[in-house]
Amino acid sequence: MKEIKVGVATCGIAAGGMLVYDELKKEIKNNNIDVELKKTGCMGMCYKEVLVEVIGDSDSYLYENITTDKVKRIVYEHIINKKPVKEWIIKSKNINKEDAFFKKQKRIVLRNCGIIDPTSIDDYISNNGYTAIQKCLNDYSAMEVIDIITKSGLRGRGGGGFPTGLKWKFANQAAGNKKYIICNADEGDPGAFMDRSTIEGDPHSVLEGMMIAGYAIQADEAYIYVRAEYPLAIERLSIAIKQCEKRGFLGKNIFNSNMDFKIRIKEGAGAFVCGEETALISSIEGKRGVPRIRPPFPANKGLWGKPTNINNVETYANISWIIMNGPQAFSSMGTEKSKGTKVFALAGKIVRSGLAEVPMGITINEIIFDIGGGIKDGKKFKAVQMGGPSGGCIPASMGDIKIDYDEITKTGAIMGSGGLIVLDETICMVDLAKYFLTFVQNESCGKCTFCRIGTKRMLEILEKITSGNGEEKDLLLLEDLAYKVKETSLCGLGQTAPNPVLTTLKYFRDEYEAHIKEKRCPAHSCTALLTYKIIEDKCVGCTLCAQKCPVNAISGKVKEPHKIDQDACIKCGLCYDSCKFDAIEKI
Amino acid sequence: MTELKKSDFEKKTIVDFKRDLINKRKQHGSLIPLLQSAQDSYGYIPEKTIYYISELVGIPSAEIYGVITFYSQFRLKPLGKHVIRICEGTACHVNGAKNILKTLQNELRISIDETSDDGLFTLLSVACLGCCSISPVIMIDSKIYGKLTPDMTKKIIKDYKKPKKQRVFINNE
Repeated sequence: MKEIKVGVATCGIAAGGMLVYDELKKEIKNNNIDVELKKTGCMGMCYKEVLVEVIGDSDSYLYENITTDKVKRIVYEHIINKKPVKEWIIKSKNINKEDAFFKKQKRIVLRNCGIIDPTSIDDYISNNGYTAIQKCLNDYSAMEVIDIITKSGLRGRGGGGFPTGLKWKFANQAAGNKKYIICNADEGDPGAFMDRSTIEGDPHSVLEGMMIAGYAIQADEAYIYVRAEYPLAIERLSIAIKQCEKRGFLGKNIFNSNMDFKIRIKEGAGAFVCGEETALISSIEGKRGVPRIRPPFPANKGLWGKPTNINNVETYANISWIIMNGPQAFSSMGTEKSKGTKVFALAGKIVRSGLAEVPMGITINEIIFDIGGGIKDGKKFKAVQMGGPSGGCIPASMGDIKIDYDEITKTGAIMGSGGLIVLDETICMVDLAKYFLTFVQNESCGKCTFCRIGTKRMLEILEKITSGNGEEKDLLLLEDLAYKVKETSLCGLGQTAPNPVLTTLKYFRDEYEAHIKEKRCPAHSCTALLTYKIIEDKCVGCTLCAQKCPVNAISGKVKEPHKIDQDACIKCGLCYDSCKFDAIEKI
Repeated sequence: MTELKKSDFEKKTIVDFKRDLINKRKQHGSLIPLLQSAQDSYGYIPEKTIYYISELVGIPSAEIYGVITFYSQFRLKPLGKHVIRICEGTACHVNGAKNILKTLQNELRISIDETSDDGLFTLLSVACLGCCSISPVIMIDSKIYGKLTPDMTKKIIKDYKKPKKQRVFINNE
């Protein structure tokens, strides 16, 4: 037995990964076993955490859903007595239970995640790490590097989709000797965790991408702006940077070249708008994260007024692979205008929730059904929400659309950073629009009148509709405001804030109308339009619902029909879910 | 320079905070890191530290106050012993975060941004913790609890109310 790897990214830890790791460490020590125990990042199969991989000289076994009580059996049966515990294995030479999840994936950004120890620079180096930057320093000029990236067709993975090579060219050509590189690791989109996993699983790939960008635009200083809600990512980056500094990969004359390059981490302080590049720059400068008008673009006038190149984590993580494998290898994947791969965070009502990296051009249905395993609990696929609060909802009827920047934009949604929230029939689209608008209302910086006040008025209309007080004229006003907010906002936050409302109005108008005309929520979700009632004829008085009720709103004696106090009821639905006699109805 | 009275703060935190002031003040854009340092040292940003920082970096205290109130991370009031952050991300919203929030409000008898009467818990909300595949999620101090149900949430809260040695609830059991 050579190695045992335990998945300890944030999700893995939340599932008990460190406890499993510690238990393995204890058993290995107590039994004097000669094996290397390693921590690794997220391989994307979050729905099967905690994942443990046991690697021998010529074979490897991947265990799923491991908890501390299962560790002893793995140690005694598999590691000591060489008999793998078959019932817990999902992947080995002869078993491949989760093949469907990985079959259509092509892992470039996530190439090392779940495989290497993210706290080991030697692991990264032995997987072709830091060869791309040395190739650039020794063999290519700055313009040649830019040419490679341009030819690859890589577009900004943060959501904007701007051609990366072109962005670097602008910064390279900008006047001035002092230039900056910034990595946007703010990942504010709710439902997105691609960047977090990339940083936690393979921080060096991001650093190397930044070094190459620095060489391309001739910058000597860089910042990674990470949101404060990602403490583990910040820790892994700090370790990686220190390791690089110790080896001379960062600092003066990196890799013994003429280039100086220093990377600093700046923590965000909880503001979604700081994911917008000019607001981010403002934040690094110590100010309120208020966006600035463009032009001038950061490439010409960015941090401290100097030319600055900002890219997303995922964009940088692609760079060294493109340099080593050539631009054609990247551009041979994807569609005509969207090359390469994209990492998606699958979440919501999906069976296999986690991270998947797929070539552009794959259809929505393929991601949801082939990779994602379809809708959980046997429910029906209703829509997919893409692009976070700036995006929109694409209905199931359009599931054959190929995922590509332009195709998605045509639907009214946006590709965004990669968050894919899958929705089933129990989700109310009006409530979802209200949810996104609440979010954006909180996060608006307040600079532009229509964004600041317009989104508030839109939210008030949605609250009216979901509480059963909507009127027909509300929809006209809602749409009018939506277009005006889009047209008069300075930055991407305001310009895209109405998208969830506009796409749900476009594809699910009937739901809005049911709320207004019939005072009914078709998805049985809006609590003001919902009542839970016990059917006395069917209730046997088992008291299960009363026990489950979190607010003690159900009363009744054993073996007698129970009753729900409507004033105390919070409409959580737990009684409905737990009743074994179908004695509770939702009206 | 305005001297902070030693009686205002614990001696240990003054040292940590002052060390950061000396190290970071000459750096560009040091205001936010200094505010983060003040908050890490005291658990919130005491009013006096605002004036202290203002004198040091040359930014008016009103402007610093504007920066503090812009970012949701900064607090001007002390927190409870344990900080519960409930994730209000899309995946959590869709997978029942509302019920978890109601359970917490019921158990602790407080709303978001409030601290329980016994000073044990402060309840905050976060836009997204990035743990969408194990939604719904809460974070207590720096520990994440996922795949929550109202029952589990109640058990976790009861556990935190016990002295540390008596706590038994662990997420994956």
